[in-house]
Amino acid sequence: MKDEVIRRLGPLLLAVLGLAFVPFVTSDYVLHIAIQILLWGFVYTAWSLMGKFGLVSLGHGAFLGIGAYASPLLWNYTGLTPWLGIPIGILLAVLLALIIGYPCFRLRVVGHYFALVTLALSQVALLTIVAARDITGGSLGMTPKAVGHSWYALQFPEKPYFYAIALVAWAFGLCIWHLVDLGKGRAALEAIAEDEGAAASIGINVMREKLRVTVTSAALTALGGSLLSQYFMYVNPDTLSGIAVSLQIVFAAIAGGMYSVFGPTAGGLFTIALPEILRISLGTNFVGAANTIYGALLVIFIIFMPRGIIGWVESRLAAAPAR
Amino acid sequence: MTRVDIFLLEAVINGILLGGVLALLALGLNLIFGVIDVVWICYAELVMCGMYMLFWLHVFFGWPILLACLAAIVGVAGLGALLHLLVISPILGSAPINQLLATGGMLFFLQSLATLLFGTDFRNIGLRLPVIELGDIFISYSRLLAFGTALIGAIALYLFLSRTYLGIAMRAIAQDREIMGLMGVDQRRIYLTTSAVGGALAGLAACLLVLQYDVHPFIGLSFGPITFMICVLGGLGNMIGGFVAAFIMSQIIAIGGYYFSIEISYVLAFVFFIVLMFLRPQGLLAR
Repeated sequence: MKDEVIRRLGPLLLAVLGLAFVPFVTSDYVLHIAIQILLWGFVYTAWSLMGKFGLVSLGHGAFLGIGAYASPLLWNYTGLTPWLGIPIGILLAVLLALIIGYPCFRLRVVGHYFALVTLALSQVALLTIVAARDITGGSLGMTPKAVGHSWYALQFPEKPYFYAIALVAWAFGLCIWHLVDLGKGRAALEAIAEDEGAAASIGINVMREKLRVTVTSAALTALGGSLLSQYFMYVNPDTLSGIAVSLQIVFAAIAGGMYSVFGPTAGGLFTIALPEILRISLGTNFVGAANTIYGALLVIFIIFMPRGIIGWVESRLAAAPAR
Repeated sequence: MTRVDIFLLEAVINGILLGGVLALLALGLNLIFGVIDVVWICYAELVMCGMYMLFWLHVFFGWPILLACLAAIVGVAGLGALLHLLVISPILGSAPINQLLATGGMLFFLQSLATLLFGTDFRNIGLRLPVIELGDIFISYSRLLAFGTALIGAIALYLFLSRTYLGIAMRAIAQDREIMGLMGVDQRRIYLTTSAVGGALAGLAACLLVLQYDVHPFIGLSFGPITFMICVLGGLGNMIGGFVAAFIMSQIIAIGGYYFSIEISYVLAFVFFIVLMFLRPQGLLAR
């Protein structure tokens, strides 16, 4: 067990140490991209906690949106520090996860149906934010009141601060991934994914296992959402909730490889760096060209590499010694 | 009758007419859902493609509207068949969720391609049908037309499914996919035909929607989600259920929009969907 922990934490520690030096050697622009990759990588990892057990949620846009809006709203209207606002957002997301998860799991809403129920959920979140435009600014989005450099308000105009926060959050997300992967729940969830009835018949508490992983995933997603809004200092319903965001999360996690610990992060690298590179190389003459290539690549990925980039690399590495 | 009641009545009537459009949209998706057991997340984007085809053929190339409509229906039917051949059939054997996601990727692809080709401008076909005035109530002619076409489309589809060999084979495959192969039905051909018919229905929906809405690359997002909900609510492949569900959803949207706001009305519709999924997971009309 101890060896296992070292074997698992080793690469993660190395990655964090290596990435810690990035702010000293790069420009603000690269740092800006890196922060986004880490934060989104964190969100994608949170999704993959459910996704790899066959719980394909298209509702993570809702959890992300709640996290993203809770702390700026509380900050603007009551002056409550994000240090409390973020936990409140996480709590609300967990509550929503329970409200939607409990009946889903009780009534065995699985597969397509689970995906569609959660899809409706993310659309409900998006439309509620837009409808409450007097408070949330509707489709125009809103900005938390800026106070300059402040630990109390969790606002840092200098990028290295947020880079550090993003790196810590990302490493925390991967640790949770390992915890779930090492825990007893993993075998139970894999059994449930294979055959729910059989799993229940050998004494697995299906409801508890599913709810636990759902709540964990929703909480982490909400945390990711709140960090994204603190970093960008701007929240918008279309970029942080709704069906498009939910699909983006699912795609990135799958493209990267949802069965591997670094997979979702690779998905983040792919989905954030690729459009950026395409945008720079194609210029602004072709609005939409980058996304067109991106969309086509997604389809190709799902057809030819269903286990994602990292999954593909792993299977290659595993196949190599046999030759 | 007081003033308010008239507005409410107008909302209800418009709701019924909106239901016709939604029912038509759900019809094609339902067919594909029922026969191939695949959710085309990009279904509404196919409708968007049809709307663009119509716009360019009619406004840019000056084709007469009926000919342009016909071309759009055939064009989208072709797109449907192409989608099946290129995206769905290579992954028919893999996890159902992968098929759902692959068509989700197509949603991004089609949306961005439309942005690339046509920009994000709202385009209007410039054809406005008159508004019918019944006393104090205003009814849009284009909605009435959509409603009527949806009814005719549903009946035509019903006849096709119950009276022709191909239609019966489609329904049989929806019931038992293994056995039908053994009975000598060419599954691939049936799937391809179903996709083309589903595409044609999307094209038909495009013809009617273009009369009421401006076309832009993201229009699919305003119809897509509600269309899936209707199909599932009605029960997969259950055409009558889909029809009933379309009218219930459209009434929630219309009346909710009258009392609150349009966003809240959609929220109510989606919440209604979620709750009903818990109460009647097999669909509204399931026994």
